[in-house]
Amino acid sequence: MEGADGAPQGRQAGYAGGVKPAPFTYHRPETLAEAAEMAASLENARLLSGGQSLMPMMNLRYVAVDHLIDLNPVAELAGITIDGGRVSIGAMTRQRAVLEDETLARCCPVMREALGFVGHVQTRNRGTVGGSLAHLDPAAELPGLAALLDAGITLRSRDGDRTVAMADFPRGYMTPDIREGEVLTSLAFNAWPDGHGWDFREFARRHGDFAMAGAASLILLDRDGRIARAAVVLIGIDDGPVRLSDVERMLTGETPSDDLFRAAAALAADRPMAADALVTETYRRHLAGVLARRSLAVACARAANGGGHA
Amino acid sequence: MSSTAFVGQRVKRLEDPDLLTGKGRFLDDLKLPGLLEAAFVRSPFAHATFTRIDAEEARALPGVHAVLTAKDLPSEMQGRRILLQVPHPQITYAVTQEPLATSEVCFVGEAVAVVIADGRHIAEDAAERVVVDWEPLPAAAHCEAALKPGAPATHADRADNIAGRLALGFGDVDAVFRNAAHVVEERYEPHRGTGHPMECRGVVAVHDMAGDAFRIWTSTQTPHNTQRAVIDMFGLAEDRVRVITPDVGGGFGPKNQVYPEELVIPAAARLLGRPVKWAEDRREHFLTTTQERDQIWDVAAAIDADGRLLGVKGTLIHDAGAYLPWGIIMPYISATTLPGPYKLPAYRMAVTVAFTNLVPTTPLRGAGRPQAVFAMERLMDAIAKATGLDPAEVRRRNFIQASEMPYDMGLTYRDGAPVMYDTGDYPEAQAQALAKAGYDDFPARQKAALAEGRHIGIGIGNYVEGTGLGPFEGATVRILTNGRVAIYTGAAAAGQAHRTTLAQICADELKVDISDIDVVGGDTGLMPRGAGTYASRITVNAGSSVRTASAELRGKALALAAAKFDVKPEDLELSHRAVRIKGEQGDSITFAELARMTSGMPGYALPKGVKPDLEASGYFTPPQATYSNGSHVAEVEVDPETGRVTILKYTVVHDCGTVINPMLVDGQVQGGVAHGIGNALLERMVFDADANPLTTTFADYLMPTAEIVPACDIVHMESPTPLNPLGAKGAGEGGTIPAPAAIVAAVENALSPFGLRITDCPVTPQRIVELIRAAEEMSEEDTP
Amino acid sequence: MPDAPPKRKITLTVNGREYTAEAEDRYSLADFLRHALGLTGTHLGCEHGVCGACTVLVDGEAVRGCLMLAVQAEGCQVTTVEGLANADGSLSPLQQAFMDHHGLQCGFCTPGILTTLTAYLRDRPNADEAELREALSGNICRCTGYDTIVRAALAAAGAMREGGQP
Repeated sequence: MEGADGAPQGRQAGYAGGVKPAPFTYHRPETLAEAAEMAASLENARLLSGGQSLMPMMNLRYVAVDHLIDLNPVAELAGITIDGGRVSIGAMTRQRAVLEDETLARCCPVMREALGFVGHVQTRNRGTVGGSLAHLDPAAELPGLAALLDAGITLRSRDGDRTVAMADFPRGYMTPDIREGEVLTSLAFNAWPDGHGWDFREFARRHGDFAMAGAASLILLDRDGRIARAAVVLIGIDDGPVRLSDVERMLTGETPSDDLFRAAAALAADRPMAADALVTETYRRHLAGVLARRSLAVACARAANGGGHA
Repeated sequence: MSSTAFVGQRVKRLEDPDLLTGKGRFLDDLKLPGLLEAAFVRSPFAHATFTRIDAEEARALPGVHAVLTAKDLPSEMQGRRILLQVPHPQITYAVTQEPLATSEVCFVGEAVAVVIADGRHIAEDAAERVVVDWEPLPAAAHCEAALKPGAPATHADRADNIAGRLALGFGDVDAVFRNAAHVVEERYEPHRGTGHPMECRGVVAVHDMAGDAFRIWTSTQTPHNTQRAVIDMFGLAEDRVRVITPDVGGGFGPKNQVYPEELVIPAAARLLGRPVKWAEDRREHFLTTTQERDQIWDVAAAIDADGRLLGVKGTLIHDAGAYLPWGIIMPYISATTLPGPYKLPAYRMAVTVAFTNLVPTTPLRGAGRPQAVFAMERLMDAIAKATGLDPAEVRRRNFIQASEMPYDMGLTYRDGAPVMYDTGDYPEAQAQALAKAGYDDFPARQKAALAEGRHIGIGIGNYVEGTGLGPFEGATVRILTNGRVAIYTGAAAAGQAHRTTLAQICADELKVDISDIDVVGGDTGLMPRGAGTYASRITVNAGSSVRTASAELRGKALALAAAKFDVKPEDLELSHRAVRIKGEQGDSITFAELARMTSGMPGYALPKGVKPDLEASGYFTPPQATYSNGSHVAEVEVDPETGRVTILKYTVVHDCGTVINPMLVDGQVQGGVAHGIGNALLERMVFDADANPLTTTFADYLMPTAEIVPACDIVHMESPTPLNPLGAKGAGEGGTIPAPAAIVAAVENALSPFGLRITDCPVTPQRIVELIRAAEEMSEEDTP
Repeated sequence: MPDAPPKRKITLTVNGREYTAEAEDRYSLADFLRHALGLTGTHLGCEHGVCGACTVLVDGEAVRGCLMLAVQAEGCQVTTVEGLANADGSLSPLQQAFMDHHGLQCGFCTPGILTTLTAYLRDRPNADEAELREALSGNICRCTGYDTIVRAALAAAGAMREGGQP
């Protein structure tokens, strides 16, 4: 028998509940180098970025740390650079800045569509790209985008930089491939060619909630209207975002049609799905299929429309 | 100025300027010198015993002043439990909570110790370090399973989980079922949610050693009950315990009882000789603040060939949770609310109240009525299906007519009086709602939408609601020496704008502006008797008291001025905080002068005929409930693939008798509907098989948001009641009561191509998809 | 015995006035405003970042006061509900619209809604109903059912456009 929060039987602490964090020491590095040094040297430390996920967990005392290293003062970590087709987004770039960046919206419109689902006005004002990637909630939009865009994630430590492909970044439930002493610094990817189609959608019961499932697609059509390149991702169904390479293979070379989308959706849904106390595996699988189908249909229609809004 | 310059008008609220500028004073805003803060140590198990609590490490933490367990509480509290609010002969085990559990905990969150520290952060640090030697016991996690033989007992010393049984009814039920043309039979399961005022609960207590007196601020709907409980627990005289409500950030029912913290915090303040505050946090609110709505109805309706009701029979299981702070009132209300606006020749309902190891249940906005209306209105829709009649037509054929008022339903209500509907025009209410909702052309709209692949549906919910219950509420109205008018009332407001409403009623009597009136409510030191803000009763009770007290005060003011001017009172009129001789300029006396006159001068006799009481008090005691009613029509769109429900249009016809302030009633209705939408689609407290709560944050328990709740189209009908001088009925809960029934009916109607039936709520997207799949599988099986 | 939790002095500007006070590192900005500075207009409704009651403006932008540490606001310009009224103390167009349209009942969530809308309408004075409802989706109100809040926001936006007032 287990108690609330998985508490085991027997002699143990009473349930304190509470929404005030346990004590910690706050640190305020000014530079990335300083932050990396702190991350390497302080015991039981966590990095604080936007705080929109970490702070609730600390308030609820699900997470207790001795040291909190605040990345907010590290100016070099914020900003979006677009150089040719290469997009790089600093870890401390606010979600709102990503949502509102016009250049990014032109070269990578799926970003804006996805960011519209992230939380609320207030949380996007603080929440950051790097924070969302490092937190790695299974239903989070930014890891899903990173998977969709074959992004690389760069980490800085005392020893220098390391870049991890998003495909290799999740190591388990909310466990990213970030080593002791590393600071996530940026997300970078190559934008898809002009004229590609895109779609991002998710199903949550209320706007801004973490999705029960979500689907994202990028589609490039060839001159004959066949699918030349496809990227499809599901979120909220497993430990991390799931890139559907089997579905992408099925789509490539085909002419978009309702039948194709249905077949692709069936394949998309044919994989293990997470279940929890409130959402069954069956329903999540069903949702994943519906969302994948609808996502592909819209992305293909947009691609057929030359990348404009269908 | 007409006789109703204020009553009936959309008067802006007196409460607003402070609340809009951050000058509200809520419980956690109170600052007192030397104030300490509390955090409770609570059970992580739904059911467990314990013998030892080790608080040594917690006590040693810097900033911790005390860790109190049950045995550390004052001797008066030893062996005591909280006062049962509403005793009832049918209660089989009248058990309420201990202030702190002594050896057994019966739900997750039940408190076993309290830490008093310099601040809340440190108190929580210490609470984490209190170690308890729990011995977990099997738990009753569901009210139906709890009644099965061999089920774990909620309370270890009890043989079963029966908290009470009730049998209600009238007429020859067996005969009407024998002779029925159709019988429809279904099981309905509305689920548990809670109130979630945006301000959680909280208590501040100050103890004065001189005279052993308490001052207690608490975020409650019922300060006088808190006072009574403290008096009872500590054996003090009434004047030793003053309970004050600061601004209260919403109530909705769960703040309408006395909680353990309201006794433990005063005890701690007395033991430590320091003011102590406990401000409940949202997590504690999820675990410990009362909830409601889990019921299981197995009901059958007998109908004649024309779709007229002959009788209803069935059983009702009500989930009490672990304790009975409110006795068995809610299932009683449920069973007596079921007939609603319909003529029912025969009725029999057997009610079983079951203990479970869940948070106790008490009245929550609607108080047992949303479930009853859900059952009855779902039955009406089932009858429509069985007879092939339109759901609106089935209801039309069964309505009690306005000409039949007052109408004796044949039941005894919870107040002991017969269920006697006083006034109301139920057929007209539905007719207006249908007209406003565009019900007649809905089939055409539905067909057109379906042709586009959109599933839209419409549903009806009718209800009758007993409101304005006794025992009483009082008011004192006084003219002050500064010329202003003060109203003191027992009732504490939690957003309903009592100040504005009561000032409106008084202003019309005394011919002053509402800005000339100060209303103070919810302070036992200023108004020694009071019942509380629940059961949609304040306008009826306190409002009627203000009306009669104001009229009496007006008479006193006129008599005083008449004596001074040596004229007849009829020759005088009230105007602009003064009494003046009609038709003349100049000869008048201001309220301030009158008040000073009645105050006298030290050592001098009062002038002849003058008494020192420019005030009047009244207590209104209603003879019985007054019955509000209404009809709701919901129109929804359902995405059958995802199960998403969108409310497209929501129509309300609402009759609460005489409306004092239409703006406020609209606000109550719109807000009530939002709560009902939560009950219909979103809000459910989920527990696992061991009775552990799984939805304990606002991320898991979903409150309706601005994108979910549409603007309601609200129509007021006014059927004044003869039962009080205002003609008013209660308005606070009617928005919530029929909403789940109407919305679920609309969802089902939208999905009529699939031929499914929805009998529980909230109906979630997942549930909708499951029901569609089940219906499809069924029809596949049926196809040869 | 464990050490006392770390504390430091924090200086920031709230509603145009500079304050310095001491607080533990773990204090949220909302707790700091309420308990260290006595500005109790900012309310705490859930302290896990969902209800929005604690919303304040930090350097002009709406943030959840329960998810930001007080130490992080060092040197910042903070606006709370106490700072929304006009300079002469009269209600701002938004506050006035809430009064006119019955945009509040118990008033507990109201400070967070007012601050959220103050920033939102400044940036999007032409916001329509759907946009306003989305902007409000991070603020829970149990009393009103939101409609009067939306009406008030639309009215305030209109008044501000006409009056040219931010």
